[in-house]
Amino acid sequence: MAKPAKLLVYRHAAMTRLTHWINVLALTLLLMSGLNIFGAHPALYWGQKSTFAHPWVSTTAEQQGDRTVGVTRIGSAQFNTTGVLGYSGKPGAQEAVAFPSWATVPSYRDLADSRHWHFFFAWLFVINGLAYWLVGLVGGHIAKDLLPTGADLKPRNVWHEIVTHAKLQFPKGEAARRYNVLQKGAYLGVVLVLLPLMVLTGLCMSPGFNAATPWLVDFFGGRQSARTIHFLTATGIVGFVLLHLFMVVASGTWNNIRSMITGRYAIVPDKEENAA
Amino acid sequence: MTPTTHRRGWLQAAFAATGALALGACDRITNAPQAIGFLQKAEGLTRRAQRLMVDRKALAREFGAADISSDFKPNGSIDPTDADYVALRDKGFADYRLVVDGLVERPLSLSLADIRALASRTQITRHDCVEGWSSIARWQGARLGPLLDKAGLKKTARYLVFHCGDSLEQTLDGSGQYYESIDLIDAYHPQTILAYAMNDAVLPVAHGAPLRLRVERQLGYKQAKYIMRIEAVDDFAHLGRGKGGYWEDRGYEWYAGI
Repeated sequence: MAKPAKLLVYRHAAMTRLTHWINVLALTLLLMSGLNIFGAHPALYWGQKSTFAHPWVSTTAEQQGDRTVGVTRIGSAQFNTTGVLGYSGKPGAQEAVAFPSWATVPSYRDLADSRHWHFFFAWLFVINGLAYWLVGLVGGHIAKDLLPTGADLKPRNVWHEIVTHAKLQFPKGEAARRYNVLQKGAYLGVVLVLLPLMVLTGLCMSPGFNAATPWLVDFFGGRQSARTIHFLTATGIVGFVLLHLFMVVASGTWNNIRSMITGRYAIVPDKEENAA
Repeated sequence: MTPTTHRRGWLQAAFAATGALALGACDRITNAPQAIGFLQKAEGLTRRAQRLMVDRKALAREFGAADISSDFKPNGSIDPTDADYVALRDKGFADYRLVVDGLVERPLSLSLADIRALASRTQITRHDCVEGWSSIARWQGARLGPLLDKAGLKKTARYLVFHCGDSLEQTLDGSGQYYESIDLIDAYHPQTILAYAMNDAVLPVAHGAPLRLRVERQLGYKQAKYIMRIEAVDDFAHLGRGKGGYWEDRGYEWYAGI
């Protein structure tokens, strides 16, 4: 039997593609410079102020006998994270540093310069996000493509999507032309919750901005809570990206990458359509 | 080696090489003055956005006594070894004089008793270090505004420079001496004080005895400790490396708002 002919459909508008790749650049550099900034005080707290003896998360380098080890603490749990968190580097040049040099920008610890990187790409990220929102709301991308429909949200459909995703079976034919409910949920969650949360908690780091909007700091439970949520939200975005990349590979690497560059996405038509 | 693992190995090597190249590029950008200067331009945008959104007279949040930190972290110099400072400290600051000069009508030389007699303010505020941590304390001190009126600022005065008694870096040319500067809007802000007491006790050496600046709504490095002299100037380009403060000279922002 001959392989069914593939049909190229126009899937991603230019604005979606442009803002996507700008976000890849901005979020990568924000994350890497952010990990460098975190290294200046690698501990997280809840509330308004730091309780130095009792952070809820911390990474340190500690002496154990004649060896130095990286120790990461989360609550009362303690992990040896030598080589990754707390203590890392090439053999002979290991140092006490929260995140390893390959994960940070610049690669060496420098709070002043990592802040320059962070705030530059924060602006790019915010401008890019506002443009995406504006065009997405006015042009209908968010309402048309991302908001789940009534049929999407029927428990039967949601369960069906969960099961087929778990089996790594992806929709074909007409169903492949649009996002499924799990995609919609994930993308909306990132666009409407995680990314805005990143900006708002980031603004709460500013003592100047705090004076203008003290209620925002209170909303997050204090300045140190806002810093913690900034870090947790970043972790959530990293988690999303890993899952996203996994699904890209699982559902056809080149087809997905092409669709995010040229907009054209290949689908396998339904049998009837193929026969016609 | 099967073709698949060979290809995977090649892909991994290509990925690692691209990553290393990108990281190397980031470091090169960081070390190129023009490139980092371009990135730093965003800070100007941040400052202007903040000036637009935040009323310069807005007050910093004040807290209750229950919020005061029991572990306020001393940072920067915590026990200066500069000879002049050590001499003053060893006599309990009895010989200390705060000099107010530069572009003023009436230069002042004030003892601690003189300063304690000035109009004062007490406030419980949060100190936010650029490193990311926060501590809360009660500060009591002389309001800077009335003190400046006593000295009478000349019309040409635009900034106040705080010359400090500590060297954070030991250098031959004295460029390691701590200093800071603020503009007149911040100087006359009601919460801007020269603090001589912390949590109802005499200001400890680790926190800047005998006198430290509290200029709330800005990061910790702005809160100059061990203040010896306040100089009114029209420009601070001739001081240090010209950026208006010890940490500013080392790449941090002068407006210190985020």
